[in-house]
Amino acid sequence: MAKTPQPEKKKADSGNPKEDAIEVMATVIEPLPNAMFRVQLDNKHQVLAHISGKMRKNFIRILAGDKVAVELSPYDLTRGRIVYRYK
Amino acid sequence: MIVCKSAAELEAMHRAGLVVWDVLNRLRQAVQPGLSTLDLEKIAAQGAQEHGARPAFKGYRGYPCVLCASINQEVVHGIPSGARRLKEGDIISLDFGVELKGYYGDAAVTLPVGKIRPEVGDLLRVTRESLDKAIEKVRPGNRLSDISATVQQWVEKHGFSVVREFVGHGIGTKMHEEPNLPNYGEPGHGPRLEEGMVFAIEPMVNAGGPEVRVLDDKWTAVTTDGSCSAHFEHTVAVTSNGPWILTRPREAVGASW
Repeated sequence: MAKTPQPEKKKADSGNPKEDAIEVMATVIEPLPNAMFRVQLDNKHQVLAHISGKMRKNFIRILAGDKVAVELSPYDLTRGRIVYRYK
Repeated sequence: MIVCKSAAELEAMHRAGLVVWDVLNRLRQAVQPGLSTLDLEKIAAQGAQEHGARPAFKGYRGYPCVLCASINQEVVHGIPSGARRLKEGDIISLDFGVELKGYYGDAAVTLPVGKIRPEVGDLLRVTRESLDKAIEKVRPGNRLSDISATVQQWVEKHGFSVVREFVGHGIGTKMHEEPNLPNYGEPGHGPRLEEGMVFAIEPMVNAGGPEVRVLDDKWTAVTTDGSCSAHFEHTVAVTSNGPWILTRPREAVGASW
């Protein structure tokens, strides 16, 4: 029986903390100082989210009401990182 | 790590291989238009039982049958079914493996059903020849990718293409052991072959492009362009005298299938 080669397994802690994040959809409720935002997730939870470095570097503006993608750390579900703003 | 087998272990694998050989020969004689692939499955199950061997595929990662029966554009892992009947002009790949007293044998052959078109006949011949030539490379001191490159060069020289998504494999006390043995690549890479290593070499060759996709049953792989695909396989050991094909009798000579 032919074998389906499996991709090399990644080690559990492969160093990059951004890898284990849970990505969810959210809506921005209000902008806060220091590029922070209060966002409401699609499951109605409200979390404090900051803008990802990549979005900050490229001057992606975020306003109240925008649909965004937020990454949550599995360790602290009250904070997140905005990784994408939908048009 | 590639496990090298002792002489006694190779004998044990040869005994398992002979069961596979016998079952595939029974299937070879049975294949004719009108037969369903489920009929072939029954012959294979019966054959394994008579030898007291355990079919290796059934239950492997949830595979439901003892035999892989792949018709025409199906590359590998076709699940036998009472609804699939052989027609004159089809080709069918039969892939079968057993475990006997802890050791595995694995082989496959692609057979014509009745009279087939000459270009399909060429596909079968070239694929079998690529296996013959690959087996010749199974000698101590060669590198693993010499086997892969031999298959690819022979196949592509004749205008066919090699499937990338599935590979041959080491075999022994498990059906799939290290290393992976692709049917493509540059020669001269990978570990050096040593006495006692055993590989299941299995070129899968498409008449059209190399792309394949897996159907919704999660197993059956078909060519994306619908072209025919052939598949030959033997379990081969590295010995100081050269290759030893474990899935056929010692006295057999000449072409691998």
